[in-house]
Parts: sequence; C-alpha cells; structure tokens
Amino acid sequence: MHKYYLTHLQELESEAIYIIREVVAQFDRPAILFSGGKDSIVVTHLAKKAFWPAKIPMPLIHIDTGHNFPETMEFRDKLVENLGVQLIVGSVQESIDKGRAVEESGINASRNELQIVTLLDSIESHKIDAAIGGARRDEEKARAKERFFSHRDEFGQWDPKNQRPELWNIFNGRKRMGEHFRVFPISNWTEMDIWNYILQENIAIPSLYFAHQRDAVYRDNTWLPASEFLQLREGETIENKLMRFRTLGDITITGGIESDADTLEKIVAEVSATRSTERGNRSDDKRSDTSMEDRKKQGYF
Amino acid sequence: MGPNARSEKHTTTMELLRFTTAGSVDDGKSTLIGRLLYDSKSIFEDQMEAVKQSSERKGLQHVDLSLLTDGLRSEREQGITIDVAYRYFATPKRKFIIADTPGHIQYTRNMVTGASTANLALVLIDVRKGVVEQTCRHSFIASLLKIPHIIVCVNKMDLVDYSEEAFNKVVEQYEAFAAKIDVKDIRFVPMSALAGDNVVNDSENMPWYKGESLLHTLETIHIASDENHSDARFPVQTVIRPHADEYHDYRGYAGRIAGGIFKPGDKITVLPSGLTSVIKSIDTYSGPVEEAFAPMSVSITLEDDIDVSRGDMIVKDDSEPQVSQDLDAMICWMATRGPRPGAKYHLKTTTREVMSIIKEVYYKLDINTLEKQEENTDIKMNEMVKIRLRTTQPVVFDEYRKNRITGSLILVDESTNETVAAGTFL
Ligand SMILES: Nc1nc2c(ncn2[C@@H]2O[C@H](COP(=O)(O)OP(=O)(O)O)[C@@H](O)[C@H]2O)c(=O)[nH]1
Ligand SMILES: [Mg+2]
Repeated sequence: MHKYYLTHLQELESEAIYIIREVVAQFDRPAILFSGGKDSIVVTHLAKKAFWPAKIPMPLIHIDTGHNFPETMEFRDKLVENLGVQLIVGSVQESIDKGRAVEESGINASRNELQIVTLLDSIESHKIDAAIGGARRDEEKARAKERFFSHRDEFGQWDPKNQRPELWNIFNGRKRMGEHFRVFPISNWTEMDIWNYILQENIAIPSLYFAHQRDAVYRDNTWLPASEFLQLREGETIENKLMRFRTLGDITITGGIESDADTLEKIVAEVSATRSTERGNRSDDKRSDTSMEDRKKQGYF
Repeated sequence: MGPNARSEKHTTTMELLRFTTAGSVDDGKSTLIGRLLYDSKSIFEDQMEAVKQSSERKGLQHVDLSLLTDGLRSEREQGITIDVAYRYFATPKRKFIIADTPGHIQYTRNMVTGASTANLALVLIDVRKGVVEQTCRHSFIASLLKIPHIIVCVNKMDLVDYSEEAFNKVVEQYEAFAAKIDVKDIRFVPMSALAGDNVVNDSENMPWYKGESLLHTLETIHIASDENHSDARFPVQTVIRPHADEYHDYRGYAGRIAGGIFKPGDKITVLPSGLTSVIKSIDTYSGPVEEAFAPMSVSITLEDDIDVSRGDMIVKDDSEPQVSQDLDAMICWMATRGPRPGAKYHLKTTTREVMSIIKEVYYKLDINTLEKQEENTDIKMNEMVKIRLRTTQPVVFDEYRKNRITGSLILVDESTNETVAAGTFL
C-alpha cells in the first residue's frame, strides 16, 4: 500500500501555507515584514507558493535602518520586481528627522530599538491589520511563547501573560479598530529546517550568507563588518577575513563567522555542526536575560 | 544516540512528531526536557552558558535545565511554567515539537492547548509519590483530546535504588486508573531525568528493564496511521483567481486537506450547499498532483462553475460529515469570567464561522475523577462542560473521535474578541 505521510519539511511547509492563507482570508490589509534575511525570504517564498498562480496578494514592508548591507538592498529590489508585488519602505532616518525617534548615543548605540517606532508608524499609516513575520520559536526564549496569530493592542504592544489560547489549527484574528496582529507562519521551524528548506527548494538568498573575503573587526566574540558606520575602538584593527553571516540585520550589529562554506550544501553541513545559536552573534540580544521579551512587548518584530 | 544526533541531513525521510508533557510540580518535567535537548545536542553552547550563569546568580549548586524552557520574566522569577512553551529538537530519524505545559489545575486550559495538536503525551510520575491527582488530570485531558499515544515516565528511579518493585507498583496503579480512559497505546519507561537513565541512553542501573529508552520510543513509535485517511474533507480557506491573461478562467479553491484522499476525477459535494461537481485538478506551486491527503495544502479546481467560498467544505460522496444548527460539544472554558447569560459567540470550526448561543449545559466533568456533575452547571475557567449550541447557520462537522480537525471548535466572545472556549463535537 502507498504510504500517506509527509516529511517534516513538507508538513512545516503545508502548515505555513495554511497560516498565510488564513491571514489573507481573515484580514483586510495584510503585509509581509521583509528584512532581507533568510527567514523573511522563506516566508515570501511560502507566500508565493500559497497563492500561485496568482501573485502574492499583499505588499512587503521593509524597515530600513539606513545602515544596510548594499547586497541586501539589491536583493530586495530584484525580488520585489520578480514577484510583481508592492514594496513599502519605512525609514528609521525619516523617523529620526521627524523627531519621532531619538538616535542612541554611546559606544553600544544602534538603531535596532528605533525600528520599533518606524515599524509601528508604518503599520499605522498604511492601515496594516496583519503583519506577517519570519520569527521562529527556536530563536529565543521569549519567542518560544509566541502564538501563530499574536494580538497587538492599539499601541502595538504585546502582552505575553494575556495571550489568546490557540488550539488545533483554528486561528482567531478578531480585533478592535486600531489593533493589529503579528503572524508567524514559520514559528515551528528551526534554523536547520530553514537551511534544509532553502537547499531543497533552491531559494535565492543574498550573497552575504556565503563565504566571502571581507574587512571586519573582532568585537564581542564576533566579526563585525567594516562599514562607514563602524568606529574602531582602542586596540582594534581591521582584518581581511574569509567569512559569512548566519543572520542578516542592521550592518552595525550583525556579526559574521569565519567560514569557508560557499555553497548551500556546505552551509547546511556547517550549521548542523555548529555549537552556538545564530543570535549568539547579535549584540542586541546580549543586553539582558529578557531583552527580547522587553522589546517584543513594545512592538518589536 | 551518537554524537551526531543533531545532523539532520536525511531530511527526505524525517517525520514530524508533536508531543506534550505535563506532570505535577517537581516531578522533573523541565529536567527531562532539558536532558532530551541536551543529549540530542539541541542546546547550543551559548544557551548553556546563559543557563549556567542564571543558575549561579540564583545560587544553585547544579545547572538548572528548567531555565532553558521557562522563558518569560514572570516564569523565571517564580520558577514555574505558566504558559505553553514550544521546544524543538531533532535526531536523524525525526523532528520533534514539544508543547511543554504547566500541570496545575488553574492551567488546565494550557494543557488542553498543548494537547490539541499532539500525537503523543508524556506523563511524568515521581516514583516515590506514585499516581497523583495531576497524573489523572493530564491523562484525562489526553484522552478527551484523543491523543493516540501516552508514555508514562516513571521518574527519579535513582532515589529508590532503581528498584523494579517500586516501578511495578506505579505501573499497577496507573493501569488500574487507565481502565477509565480511552487511550489505546500506553507504555511505561522507568527513568532518572537527572542522571539520564533511559532518557536517551539505555540504563545500566536497571538491567531488569527490557524495554527501550524514551528517545528510542519517540523515534520509532508508529504515527503515520494516526491521520484519518478514509473520510475525505477539504475546508475551503480562500479562492485563488489570478488577474493574468494566461490564467483568465482559473478558479482554485485553496485549503489544507483535513482527512481522506482526493484525486482528479473524484465526484465531490460542497457543503452545506449540497452542490456537486467533479475534481478537475489538484494544484500546487510545484505542479499538479495525482492525489492529495491530510495535511497537504493544495488548490482544487472543479469541472463546473459552482458557488464555492471560504467556510464551505468539499467532501466525497462515500462518507459525508454532519450538517446541523444544533450541536453537542464538550468544551473547556478558557476565559476568566464565565459565560454571560444570553451571550452570543462566534463559533469557529475549520474555516467556517457562525454565530452561536449556549442553549443548554448538560453537565460538568470533574477532571480529576471523570464524574459527571449535573447539579452545579455555572461554568468557570478551566472547567470541562458538555453543552448544546444553537447556531444561526448550519455547521459542517465530524465527531471529534473521527477527525480532530473537522471535529474541533472554538468560541470567540462577540464583545471582547477573546477565545473563551475550545471544544470537541460529540
Ligand atoms: N534525584 C532526582 N532528582 C530529579 C530527577 N528529575 C528531576 N529532579 C529534581 O527535581 C526537582 C524538580 O525538577 P523540575 O525539572 O524543575 O520539575 P518540574 O516542576 O516538573 O519541571 C529539581 O530539583 C530536579 O533536579 C531525577 O530523575 N532524580
Ligand atoms: Mg518546570
């Protein structure tokens, strides 16, 4: 007899497609939060599959910190063109110029937290009622508590202690005016699943994920890329390294690892042998034990 | 498990197993999960380092693996699990999703949530305490939510000198109780979550135990046949209509198969309308498929241009679900306040949503003893109640024991938008 079962990647894919379709069915103005990183690329790929042969019936939103890897921006523009979808850009620089956000100062300054203001403003001004994100529960302990359909009050805030129960595959997207939802279709995926899926589907990703030569400085156990925004501290020197990135975000806080993995196969092999989490290279998570929970409550991705 | 447990390279054959865990406080649930993650190499060095530091700050002698799973500030402060936490690990054979749920009676709703999607439940028992109230409660919930498999983990065997007699006593106790519940597959594993006996590796301390370690059981237990492959069910989520010339007349019904097997050429009925047609194609982005089964997400096109929209269910003629406006259900009340008199609720089941009211409360189920209480029927949080609902529109459903997807529902309060109850059709 034929055996009717799906592999774990097929089942995760099917679950994510189901959730993305629920969003489009239940909300008036959904959007996909697109960072240019692998997780949001996978979400976008899943959305393409979910509505084929129609186009993705919602825009992509990119929150632009102004501190970007040029490769990410090129990649984003090409992807949007290929998909034929609308791109909405929320600019952190604009939020600062308008006085909506205040630039951090000091040696650990970053625009990571400022993104919250720009993100919430973009959601409000485009009247987005559901923002689909690529966060995964295995990334971080506060994220392990997220629902697939995560309710946000009119201030865009998350109340982790008062979340709606979520059972079977029934999702409650009901809300009042001014409230919105964050939806996480790949909640149940691990970093390993993402890479195996990118390999299986042969999904295009920015060149930054593959090993390349780059100028970088070693700081806080990670290789921070040299850029116009990087200021050297005492005793630091720039070195040219064969390296790659495991996650992509704001160029000022995204550290890379030394690696010679220049193909998807090699990346999968490298990730499966790695002994530290991908966010281990993100200085934003190192601020405290509950820094992700605190940022998420305010409205972070 | 060898040192390469985490290399998930053989992805083409890996299955997904979702399981839930619950037990009383201090039975060792967090320690067990920590060990499964640690021994299967799913905990990274920086996570381990963070847990070590937190443990030291709290003045603990040992590394408290429960800090890995208790993620919210309030949970870490109080040292208890409040909400459902999802954890992931994989071996070359399977990927696992753990729904870690709190065991207190005031968190019954979280247990129900974790159990709703699980293929298997781990029930922890402290060998020194034996079967206690929470053991029964968790097992009842597993049975009410039709989790097909239970593994009873008889923990802390190191504290009773790994005694076979002590283990057998607990097994006897549990079996006496299990006669009351409806779970077909129950197994027992004696273990020490702390020392690692029979969790991942076979124990040298219990040569009398001839069974498999917990992880081995999790990796090999047969789950493919748990899905319903006989009654074809396809709840329509949305209609796909491309605005491009080459697909001008394309009308695809998008959804996830909830049961049975669909093939092009199959005669189908759309419910509740009763309109009929024949499947023209079953499409996916990667191309059309010859057959589709649960839980695949696909798009179905039909030979005839009939009215089908979100909330409808496409079924095959050989076995039709029920269609009714008067529904009996067993619900778990999830909101802090009980139902207001005459309140209206959005009833959501599969992709369908209708208005409903609670017509009658038949009885309350004592979740510790499974006794029916017919006298006191005002509903409070965490209570299990059998009710009759009346809806404004017909609902298409199956008995929950036949299909966990088409047999489940939630109630959403019309005024607060909160999910106030979760239920199973009887
Ligand atoms: N001796 C012994 N102690 C254990 C075992 N499993 C857990 N413990 C201890 O029991 C206490 C409670 O464990 P924990 O995992 O937090 O229990 P939970 O409340 O069920 O999550 C902790 O001090 C553990 O170290 C075991 O197998 N043997
Ligand atoms: Mg615990």
